[in-house]
Amino acid sequence: MPPMLKPVLRRLGSGVVVLWAAASAAYLALRLAPGDTVDTLVGDGPDTPQIRAQIARDLGLDRPAVVQYLGYLWRLLHGDLGRSYVLQRPVVDVIGSQVWPTVKLTLLATAFSAVIAVALAIVTTGRARWLRGLVSGLELSIVSAPGFLIGILLLSVFSFQLGWFPVSGDRDASALVLPAVSLALPIGGLLSQVIREGLERALEEPFAVTARARGLTRLALLWRHALRHALLPAVTLAGTLIGFLLSAAVVVERVFGRPGLGEVATEAVGNKDIPVVLAVVMLAAAIYVVLSTLADLAYLLIDPRLRKG
Amino acid sequence: MSIALPAVPAVGKPRGRSLRWAPGAVAAGLVLLLVAVAAVAPRLITGADPLAADPFHALEAPSGTHWFGTDQLGRDVFTRVVHGARYSLSSGLVSTLLSVLAGGIAGLLAGLAPRAVDEVLSRALDVLSAFPEVLLALLFIAFTEPGTPSLVMAIALAFAPRYGRIVRAQTLLVRRSGYVEQAVTFGLSRARLVWRHVLPNVLGPLPVIATIGLGTAIVNASALSFLGMGPQPPSPEWGAMLAESRNYLRVAWWAAILPGATLTITVISLTAVGRRLQRRFEGRR
Repeated sequence: MPPMLKPVLRRLGSGVVVLWAAASAAYLALRLAPGDTVDTLVGDGPDTPQIRAQIARDLGLDRPAVVQYLGYLWRLLHGDLGRSYVLQRPVVDVIGSQVWPTVKLTLLATAFSAVIAVALAIVTTGRARWLRGLVSGLELSIVSAPGFLIGILLLSVFSFQLGWFPVSGDRDASALVLPAVSLALPIGGLLSQVIREGLERALEEPFAVTARARGLTRLALLWRHALRHALLPAVTLAGTLIGFLLSAAVVVERVFGRPGLGEVATEAVGNKDIPVVLAVVMLAAAIYVVLSTLADLAYLLIDPRLRKG
Repeated sequence: MSIALPAVPAVGKPRGRSLRWAPGAVAAGLVLLLVAVAAVAPRLITGADPLAADPFHALEAPSGTHWFGTDQLGRDVFTRVVHGARYSLSSGLVSTLLSVLAGGIAGLLAGLAPRAVDEVLSRALDVLSAFPEVLLALLFIAFTEPGTPSLVMAIALAFAPRYGRIVRAQTLLVRRSGYVEQAVTFGLSRARLVWRHVLPNVLGPLPVIATIGLGTAIVNASALSFLGMGPQPPSPEWGAMLAESRNYLRVAWWAAILPGATLTITVISLTAVGRRLQRRFEGRR
């Protein structure tokens, strides 16, 4: 598909540029951070000029800035994110074990929000005005409500009052349900608005009339034909939603006392452990760039009109 | 954390409906008025002290004397919620103002400058918006100190790209419009053109967009305070109150949920009023 190649390369290229610039900005931030790196590393340990010189040599701080910067990029490419000031361990070890709990949470939340959005949209499309009004009002409330309030409400009702789910931690699958639901509700509420709009537009198309004339039920028409059209605009929202998901996960993890990247980042901010905070933030940025690039490429595949670039 | 999209499709079609203020919007306006009064003059609403602890009456359920109940230290939750309005409203307003200003200048420059400058500025906005907002704010706070000033700056930084993009798109739109072309043919100077024709038309829609953005800024400020990055206890900030009371949820849901509910109602009202303004604005054009 040669005509498609150009926009695809263009999109990939801009993704790489954004990643590189993000990494460079992070490096700059690290260098400009208040407090001397050597001071931080010496901490309360023995402090002699020899030890200081040794630390500076180990970290390459005695070399020219350009060399240091290139070395940083090189190590980054090899997955070396530096050392934690506070824990004195490689950052990769610190955050490595925390990636999976967060990924697990966000994946389940994505699945939940898709189910919520499609179900809500299909049930309310073309229905009575009062029902749609009611559901829209609910959606507006859920989209506006802060994530931590939704989490605390769920916790209060389902964990404390009903005792169906554990209160905190990450022991088994049941501990994952409430955090995932509280992440999924606002996203589902937003997506369902977009999908319903798309469904209503699709139902006005001639193909919808034809399908109804063939004797298709309303549900079959919506599910098999209209939904495909309605999902298209939802794909363009992918970037915003991914950013939201990663941001909200930080807060939801705290509400439910779950391990994860958010918990690591919050704690590292409190400890001024800047390499760890930077690593989590860059990881999130990388995930965002990769996923939103993929979403854009998917969109190119789905909608040929955009391929002209 | 709410997902505010300036382009959220308006729910309930505005088509063919008159632009009168609906009862919902009036109610939202009243809520905002109340919150504004609480922020400016909390003593008008309640005379009690938001920090006065009363251990003998800790964790009491809502009643006639304590409308929202009391928290783990016996402080009156209603009084604290009223006094907390100041934190949320001021940090939301200031951070929105700052991000509209920073984003607006960047967007205007990108829209007016030659292509190379536009490319650089747009890429910078891309890079900044690649960082999820809460994480970018956390990063900023890691470099400074937790507290209201860095919270406000962090949120302003995180939301600036959003406004930058809107302003850039709007500037390009205005630049290519018929009336600007006409003005160029009449030989208007560039400065005069920008000042008299481009600027007013670019900035027009901003207050409306900022109203919706204000809600998001308030939610994010509270979320960061909930994480312990904002005003420190015993400040009655709504998010911080939620964090403090989370551990007492089993015995006293009101101490956490009522401040959160107040925050939610405030944000919903802002969104509702913002959307209504948006419809009015679009309808007029």
